Amino acid sequence: MALIFKRRTFRGGVHPEEMKELAKDSPIEVLPPPRRVVLPLSQHLGAPSEPKVKVGDEVKVGDEIAGAKGFVSVPLHASISGKVVAIDKFPHPCGRRMPAIVIEGDGSDELPWGKKEKQKIDELTPEEIRKRVLAAGMVGLGGAAFPSHVKLSPPKEKPIDTIIINGAECEPYLTSDYRLMLEHPKEIVEGMLIIKKALSAEQAFIGVEENKVDAAELLAEECEKAGVDAKVVVLKVKYPQGGEKQLIKAILGREVPPPPGLPLDVGVVVHNVGTTYAIAQAVKYGKPLIERVVTVSGKAVREPKNLLVRLGTPFSELIDYCGGFSAPPVKVVMGGPMMGLPQFDLSTPVVKGTSGLLLLTEDEVTLAEEGVCIRCGRCIDVCPMNLLPTEIAAYCRNGMWDEAEALDVLACIECGSCAYNCPARIPLVHYFKTAKAEINARRKAQAKAKS
Amino acid sequence: MQEERLKQKQSPNDKSGVLTAPLKFSASPHILAPEDVPKIMRGVVWALLPAGFASIYFFGFSALSVILISVAATLFFEYIFLRIFGNKGSIADGSALVTGILLAYNLPPGSPWWLVVVGAFIAVLLGKQVYGGLGYNIFNPALVARVFLLIAWPVQMTTWILPRPPFPKGAEAVTGATPLGVLKTEFFTKGTIGAAKAIHLSDLFYGKVGGSLGEVSALALLIGGGYLLYRKIISWHIPVAYVGTVFLMTGIFWLVNPDKYINPVFHILAGGLMLGALFMATDMVTSPVTSKGKLIFGVGCGIITVVIRLFGSYPEGVSYSILVMNAFTPLIDRYTKPKTFGAK
Repeated sequence: MALIFKRRTFRGGVHPEEMKELAKDSPIEVLPPPRRVVLPLSQHLGAPSEPKVKVGDEVKVGDEIAGAKGFVSVPLHASISGKVVAIDKFPHPCGRRMPAIVIEGDGSDELPWGKKEKQKIDELTPEEIRKRVLAAGMVGLGGAAFPSHVKLSPPKEKPIDTIIINGAECEPYLTSDYRLMLEHPKEIVEGMLIIKKALSAEQAFIGVEENKVDAAELLAEECEKAGVDAKVVVLKVKYPQGGEKQLIKAILGREVPPPPGLPLDVGVVVHNVGTTYAIAQAVKYGKPLIERVVTVSGKAVREPKNLLVRLGTPFSELIDYCGGFSAPPVKVVMGGPMMGLPQFDLSTPVVKGTSGLLLLTEDEVTLAEEGVCIRCGRCIDVCPMNLLPTEIAAYCRNGMWDEAEALDVLACIECGSCAYNCPARIPLVHYFKTAKAEINARRKAQAKAKS
Repeated sequence: MQEERLKQKQSPNDKSGVLTAPLKFSASPHILAPEDVPKIMRGVVWALLPAGFASIYFFGFSALSVILISVAATLFFEYIFLRIFGNKGSIADGSALVTGILLAYNLPPGSPWWLVVVGAFIAVLLGKQVYGGLGYNIFNPALVARVFLLIAWPVQMTTWILPRPPFPKGAEAVTGATPLGVLKTEFFTKGTIGAAKAIHLSDLFYGKVGGSLGEVSALALLIGGGYLLYRKIISWHIPVAYVGTVFLMTGIFWLVNPDKYINPVFHILAGGLMLGALFMATDMVTSPVTSKGKLIFGVGCGIITVVIRLFGSYPEGVSYSILVMNAFTPLIDRYTKPKTFGAK
């Protein structure tokens, strides 16, 4: 049997209220393509894409409208057919206005890749797989949006023996990965095989939390049917179980070294199930990344749903489709409640990294003023990276970046466990993000001064 | 018109997805665990109640009045000094309430009112606010006050009322020595521990002995300590390391010479060990933050307590041991930094 129950996990972490019941039983619905899409040039980590179209150009669904700029970058595709009406700065989920290509739809919505002949996976070489993944503009759909082809191109001196498909989905509220696993287990297994082939890995695991055992069973069945030697590992429900370092530790017992250490340093590559599904479609049909599953949830939305959404669709259309507000939201969050980005403009578009859209009421979010640290150590108890959040925060507050760096603030994965658990309501993650930005900026400046 | 607009503001338009009320904007995470500082402090207050009831049962009104005066005075001085220094924190965070109760528990029942008030003044000013208020103090405020009073007014601080029935018919309270006091006197005058052996361990356990009002009943303190552990307000590390060290060390001496040294169970139940190990040494602000650090801290407290009890001229060592270890806390924290995930 390919199903393994594994109670072993990583040290630390928290267990917030799951809140998955709001949307977990809603099958994925297709949100009708919007009249107008706003496609930011920066929807991934790395250099923003470079526009290939100009205002007035006609585009079809799936046309490449911006190209990759450098290795850690991906192309961008039109998510609807129509005319480019603007290339300018528009609201971006990061909270600023960023350059974006705006397409006004013409109503036709032909999807060309369905008709194309299906590519047989066996006939593809790893190099071809990488090419197709890059051409599709694929990035990690778990939220971080790291270009997928980079993860499929490890340096020669670091061979990959294991791939892990991340179906943990440990963030409260989010259910898009869960629905994908229930509704498309076959494609996920196909995607896993593609990734395994691209990396010439020996073994494959799928990690799923115990609150999604039905999905895990389905995937295990699918693996067996396909005759695939992969193990589905059922993990303890604990946040951040889906952090790749925590997942690797829980499944393989290997510890990824602190930055600049990467999973590939311990011979592992982790891909999210959403990404795996999209990679299967890209490689099989040549379908670029123009849509993704988004969980719309929270107590302020009337009907929480899982939607298949074209990139560039404004948040307001998702909310409308879910019946609008049922209570006044005090916070709108893109992503999960633990790591998501707060939003203040509902015309902001869905991007490649939008895993969820949460409309949270006042009793769901805790709005509290920052208090004084009472040294209770609860942040230290839950830090999955074994850091000293309280001490690092004290240094950050005083701008003592060297001291913060000495305490390994750069190893912080910004999971938010510490701040979640802090009884003094100190915004610890906020301090660490600032510190990391300061330290990285200083390093860059030093490198520049040297060269 | 005005009213209509207001209504719109209160209930955002639910069909068009247009927001009428401004959204809150802050860094992740957007949800927080339910436990905050006032809740933790309230938990400590609940845990301290059994010992308070025990003291009122054994010492009557003299215990109750010390508790009330101490709490009132501590809250009063906290309010005053928060305003004078402008430190962060407030009466509502509950930390001053905890200090007030702990101070009372560290005083003899029947302490004169002025002694309690001076103690509260010292605890809040010298124990806490001069350092910057809640979270910044190095020493346990209640213990700072206890030791200050002990040095300044040794007679008042060592006049112990003996326990009596809750509604006594006679008038005057009877004073006498604490079990550890008896032990020390016997040891110094006779070189053996004769009379102390006559003290029943069950009296020590329930609290039918002389001593500071909150420290006499081991049973009541264990109930409260259990609650703290259950609520995860404290971890087991400090109490277990502290009590375990005292038990082990005094046990070794007892095994070597039971005529000179009393058994380890007596040492655990007598004096302020339970109160100290469960409620004072575990004070979050003044103890180490990591589990390993807490173990070191607890063992340190245990060693110092035993050394003072067995070889010092003062019968009790708990207060001093915790204060000394408080001073080591920053050092312990520095040397017990956990290994970063993945680091070699």
